[in-house]
Amino acid sequence: MNIEAYLRKDYITNLIKEGKRLDNRKLDEYRKIEIQKGYVGEKASGSAFVKLGDTKVLAGISMNVGTPYPDSPASGIMTVNTEFRPMASPHFETGPPGEKAVELARVVDRGIRESGSIDTGKLFIEDGKVWIVFIDIHMIDDGGNLMDAAGIAAISALLDTKLPKYEDNQVIRGEFVGKLPMTGTPVPCTSVKVGDTMLSDPATDEEYAMDSRLTVTTTTADMMNAMQKGGKGSFTDENVMQAVDLSFKHGKEIRKLVEK
Amino acid sequence: MELIKDGKRLDGRGFNELRDIKIEVGVLNRAIGSAYVEWGRNKVMAAVYGPREMHPKFLRDPTKAVLRCIYNMAPFSVEDRKRPGPDRRSVEISKISSEALSHVVMLERYPNSAIDVYVEILQADAGTRCVGLTAASVALADAGIPMKDMVASCASGKVNGEIVLDLMKEEDNYGDCDLPLAVIPRRKEVVLLQMDGKLTQDEFKKAYEVAIDGSMQVYEIQKNALLKSVNEVKIGE
Repeated sequence: MNIEAYLRKDYITNLIKEGKRLDNRKLDEYRKIEIQKGYVGEKASGSAFVKLGDTKVLAGISMNVGTPYPDSPASGIMTVNTEFRPMASPHFETGPPGEKAVELARVVDRGIRESGSIDTGKLFIEDGKVWIVFIDIHMIDDGGNLMDAAGIAAISALLDTKLPKYEDNQVIRGEFVGKLPMTGTPVPCTSVKVGDTMLSDPATDEEYAMDSRLTVTTTTADMMNAMQKGGKGSFTDENVMQAVDLSFKHGKEIRKLVEK
Repeated sequence: MELIKDGKRLDGRGFNELRDIKIEVGVLNRAIGSAYVEWGRNKVMAAVYGPREMHPKFLRDPTKAVLRCIYNMAPFSVEDRKRPGPDRRSVEISKISSEALSHVVMLERYPNSAIDVYVEILQADAGTRCVGLTAASVALADAGIPMKDMVASCASGKVNGEIVLDLMKEEDNYGDCDLPLAVIPRRKEVVLLQMDGKLTQDEFKKAYEVAIDGSMQVYEIQKNALLKSVNEVKIGE
């Protein structure tokens, strides 16, 4: 068990009951978001370094050529992988991805996949050959809400991605034919419930105190593409609708930053 | 793909209609509690072991029991054989199922111990996480482990532009959206909620209500199955 979380839970819960947060934010306020596209621009096809308050995440995109899935022979493929590196938190360990890393990767994946934001139809090369978009997300420093930071990093990196040149059955590294064809900007926004209060963008201490979490990925002002509830608590109908409203509201703001 | 014809679905169901659900309680002899659920063409078994000693030791929680739900699909449960063992999908479903069940089981009564819930998907035809959770909840009740409430689960979704309850395989594959949900029926609060596909905010509100109503119907079936299993016990046996 996490002793730190156990010891701090009551203090944070009482603070939030009074409508206050440790860093003086409003309940529905995000921390400052900084996005640096092309952070590791020399080798990867695309990348983005995202700071969400003091949470830091780096996403990199690798473009490879491979065989399409039999049920969609004319479409490119995307995959999302996350690594909770031990450097990011005393609670992360080396070894294969744990359930938190798997869940996070799958939620980010669903948002991008279901929104159809990567135009996979344009990633067809020839019969039996398509582009594979590898989205790898590295957690660098966990200050809470890795979910949103990772989702923002992934979509920012995709918008930064260039399509490599492919000639004579070979990928020509370092030469590009254009941008990765993108059609949308899915943004996951997370709300958590502490006691009976819903708040946006939880910091680490607030994650210790939270009972449950709801992430909603929105792509336009009226389109949602993924949702995930986590944690051992429950939500009332009002909680759910409030989280959805908040996600649409913040999604709109964050989309502007990502598309800049 | 045309999934709705003359206001009816491929299997003749209306928009808010569940598939046939049959629940059997106490089907295994070794497990403390168990349940078998047939739900449309899904066949799912759940078993509960514990409270028992927690291994490995570092996972022990001195304040309460830890509930571990393991969701596993049999290789033959789907047409294209599933590679045995955990994959990313089953790891995710195990995690959210564990969290949903942890909300209702009175874990604080059994510090340092483990409660293990095993969900085996023997035949899959869409909605297996909801079927698994429904079975797991009945198995926990059958085990006599103190719970604050049941967990009842059902999905809704969007098919050919219509919001419908309890997607079958074809609707899941070719529909526009899937929204699995689980409630604790007495307080009508949500303990599992996922969505993937395309929904507007208004469509979501509708799909959410439809899934809650479906879950409440599932709860009645769970309750009846449990009552029947208790009434069947004869003194002296």
